[in-house]
Amino acid sequence: MTALRRHRALTRIWASDTGWKGWFTTVSHTDLGRMFLAVAVFFFIVGGILAMLIRAQLASPRSAFLGPEHYNQIFTMHGTIMMFLFAIPLFEGLAVYLLPKMLGTRDLAFPRLTAYGFWCYVFGGSMMIFSLLAGVAPDSGWFMYPPLSSAIGAPGINTDFWLIGITFVEISAISAAVEITVTILRYRAAGMRLSQMPIFAWYALVTAVMILTGFPPLILGSILLELERAFGMPFFQVSEGGDALLWQHLFWLFGHPEVYIIFLPAAGAISTILPVMARTRLMGYGWIVAAAVSLGILSFGLWVHHMFTTGIPHMGLAFFSAASTLVAVPTAVQIFAWIGTLWQGRPTMHLPMLWLMAFFATFVIGGLTGVMVAIVPFDWQAHDTYFIVAHLHYVLVGGFVFPMLAVLYYWMPHVAGRTSYFNLGTVAFWLIVPGFHGTFLLLHWAGLLGMRRRIDTYGSGQGWEVINLIASVSSFVMAIGFAIVLIDVVVNAVMAVRGARDPWNAGTLEWAMPTPPAAYNFASIPRVTSRDPLYDTPDLPVQIARGEGYLGDCARGRRETLSVDTATGEPRYITVFPGNTALPILMSAITGVFFLGMLLKAYWLVPLSAVGVIACALVWVWGLGRKETEGRIPAGHGLSLFTAADVPDPPGWWGSVFLLLANGTFFGSLLFGYAFLWTIAPNWPPPAYVDAGTGGLLLLGGGAALILVGTRLRPVWGLALVLAGLAALAAVCAGLMLRAPDPAAHAYDATLWVLMGYALLHHLVVALMLGLLAARRLAGHAAATTVGAARIGRLWADYAVAITLVAATAAMLPGLLT
Amino acid sequence: MESLSTVHPAGPAAAIIATLWWVLLAGATAIFLFVTGLIVWAWRQPEGQRDARGFVIGLGLGFPLVVLAALLAYGLVVGERLLPRAGPDVVRVHAEGRQWAWRFGYDDAPGHRTENVLHIPAGRPVDVAITTADVIHAFWVPRLAGKLDAVPGHVNVLRIEADAPGRYDGLGSEYNGRGYRDHRFTVVAHDAAAWDRFLREETP
Ligand code: HEM
Ligand SMILES: [Cu+2]
Repeated sequence: MTALRRHRALTRIWASDTGWKGWFTTVSHTDLGRMFLAVAVFFFIVGGILAMLIRAQLASPRSAFLGPEHYNQIFTMHGTIMMFLFAIPLFEGLAVYLLPKMLGTRDLAFPRLTAYGFWCYVFGGSMMIFSLLAGVAPDSGWFMYPPLSSAIGAPGINTDFWLIGITFVEISAISAAVEITVTILRYRAAGMRLSQMPIFAWYALVTAVMILTGFPPLILGSILLELERAFGMPFFQVSEGGDALLWQHLFWLFGHPEVYIIFLPAAGAISTILPVMARTRLMGYGWIVAAAVSLGILSFGLWVHHMFTTGIPHMGLAFFSAASTLVAVPTAVQIFAWIGTLWQGRPTMHLPMLWLMAFFATFVIGGLTGVMVAIVPFDWQAHDTYFIVAHLHYVLVGGFVFPMLAVLYYWMPHVAGRTSYFNLGTVAFWLIVPGFHGTFLLLHWAGLLGMRRRIDTYGSGQGWEVINLIASVSSFVMAIGFAIVLIDVVVNAVMAVRGARDPWNAGTLEWAMPTPPAAYNFASIPRVTSRDPLYDTPDLPVQIARGEGYLGDCARGRRETLSVDTATGEPRYITVFPGNTALPILMSAITGVFFLGMLLKAYWLVPLSAVGVIACALVWVWGLGRKETEGRIPAGHGLSLFTAADVPDPPGWWGSVFLLLANGTFFGSLLFGYAFLWTIAPNWPPPAYVDAGTGGLLLLGGGAALILVGTRLRPVWGLALVLAGLAALAAVCAGLMLRAPDPAAHAYDATLWVLMGYALLHHLVVALMLGLLAARRLAGHAAATTVGAARIGRLWADYAVAITLVAATAAMLPGLLT
Repeated sequence: MESLSTVHPAGPAAAIIATLWWVLLAGATAIFLFVTGLIVWAWRQPEGQRDARGFVIGLGLGFPLVVLAALLAYGLVVGERLLPRAGPDVVRVHAEGRQWAWRFGYDDAPGHRTENVLHIPAGRPVDVAITTADVIHAFWVPRLAGKLDAVPGHVNVLRIEADAPGRYDGLGSEYNGRGYRDHRFTVVAHDAAAWDRFLREETP
């Protein structure tokens, strides 16, 4: 088969549907990556327009342009959009687009999940935009502190838009994180060891795991606050045993890692682009990986530095202050490794490099002011002033937006397959960077002169007027620069000429394909033996196109790729991907109805749409099954492998493991919140604690045993035992809820309901999963093709048993101790 | 002019924090210049294999560890000095924030209540017991001390002190909704005689 015939055959297999239909049925990571990026840029523009409104309002004292009602919505939505609808999705889009190409595979681990996440992002984001246009946008600040955001402080629907809309959007973050993790661990070029991965993949891996462990506290907090607002369950109401500080802990348990979730992908891009621009290889690869991992871990121990003024005891302050300064160390390791890379190479000043220089100049300042506010006494003065506003923009714009502009100019030739005219880009650079520093540098000083953040206007005489005028004028210069970047992108996409395949002479695999990339990425999957395969094997692209790698034979007419061993990258099995389908968009639309039902308090919609989501999920999963085993099939180079349907650890098992990691973090955060209320909240103990009684305990133990045994028997018979066990556990949970019949009475009762509700939800999920498994066997699926599914079911069943036992014990514990 | 400035301190707490700031600024400027210097220098010297240990271990690990250890020690010492420790001449007052006003009470004159004006004696340490009647607020007199939050159900104690008699502007400095901009108050520091007179007065 010639390279061209192979290209045609593979394109037929992998192409998205043509015409407008293709937008809604595509599951291709290339398409969805681009769509993610485009929507994220759209939200950057919206957030940017809001920023311009803020700066217009603050340009002069006593401005009457916007009143507090509008101003409060605008700054809240600016922060919310930039953090949740721009920065995180932009990373997701970048990773979705780039990772399979860099890793040498043909798509992400769960193509339909990519699409589902994307549409959840679009629908959730649309809810937020709608609230803005309708003038009912959230207005309690992007960290939504109760009681200001509670029913008392914010009776309108504004806050509900935030809690429900953002939670909806977070589905996309969690699903992207699961599949990024599984893709990096199991979908790479043959022989690509972990230590040979492109450095960006390491950063993406750390970031994805951080999303899995960082977002659940926020999702939990949002659910609790919405339950409080909608049903009066008093988690944050001090008079009924709640505590407003619980929200702050949950929020910042997410919020601080969030900052690194935003920075690390940018650092990954810098580590990729900088060595190419300096015509050398990255200095200290191992050190950088270690730094990224330790940054990820450390960032979970710092959240309290956002709460230095809430009255934390002195010892606590000292601990969190030390931990906060300590994160500067892994950051410094990376910065100096990059500088060392510059020193050992012959740096050139192409546009991506120019943006990396802007990154250094800006981010270093943001890092230094970050160390300043980590020193508690200084933070007591700087907190909630424009010093913080300036600091956070130095970090976020310097540490994310500027590197992303480097990313834009570095990979644009890849996405568009053309070379660019850089003149416009350079002009934009010289407007944006000085404009940025003009906007924010002096605002540090305004903060020290006592200018609080979030005030809608100010009087004269405090020395703030000139600073604010300079800031506003500069911000418009910066905005013009961003507009020119947009024009530049459009001009390049429409007019520029087709360029060389690897214009920067880079070594990573995404440049081993023709650009714009074909739907299948690689005509055959290469074998890789080093970190920069293109440097060592310059004619690798030709070998790939000629089908000399694995799976170059497309005779089976379906979308296939290799799953590899996590550590060594040796091929383990063949994954067959699903084709184009509208199921993801349908399922996310129904998910949207679920959230809409809660938002509009049309609660009858909630169970209805839940049934719809379950139905979609069952169709989705059913399609993965195969009746007969296919046996080993040839993968090229004399290797024959099973397909994913025949193996005990299919992608779904790996996906479940990481989804359960996020789920377990959610449960852990719930237990943390419970312990916090129990020990810290002023109005405890509650009037009464619940107790399941001896009968309940027996039921609990018996149910757990039945499930553990049942999942280890053959599916159809085992199912009977499992269902009986689940019924027993569910009965205990429901019984405990009935003993505290009013969840609005005290935070303890409310927490009990959430703990038990969480367990009941898992009982339902496990019943559905194992029911599906049994149905497959009854439909005649061979035992060999259900091993993987059975293991997935067992994983979830074990988890459900564990959390039920822990939740029931936790609910009864305070009663037993008193 | 500059009645809200943290860098024009009028009391011991604000003064040591202002000094801390100038030290931080000097150190940060030096580090920034050093790092930019290293980057600029990369263009001005011949390429060649570099010792990764010098950059990564020396500059990446060693340098920040030393600087941060010193800084942290300094920060902790300053923090110690700001603590509200018991003493013979400490005055205790109460501040209760609400949307959008402040109400103050005095241990030494239990019947006294003042609205949006806090009276204190100059030259004596004052402990402000801060709480709230509704949402979260923060109590901040920039020229006297740092800020501390008013959290529902909790009482936080902040030590402030004014060196000299006079009026000092105070702010609610935690965003609290529509009236946030004008959530302010005044601290009036009295000399000893005036303070005695204030304590003996009837509630205004
Ligand atoms: C493009 C130029 C930008 C300008 C001129 C700008 C301007 C501002 C200003 C003036 C505020 C303070 C509003 C207030 O406290 O009243 C603010 C807040 C904020 N900005 Fe930006 N910003 C920009 C970009 C960004 C970006 C890229 C991000 C994040 C990736 C971001 C995240 C935030 C956040 C989180 C807040 C806090 C919102 C709150 O207090 O609830 N900004 N911005
Ligand atoms: Cu933080």
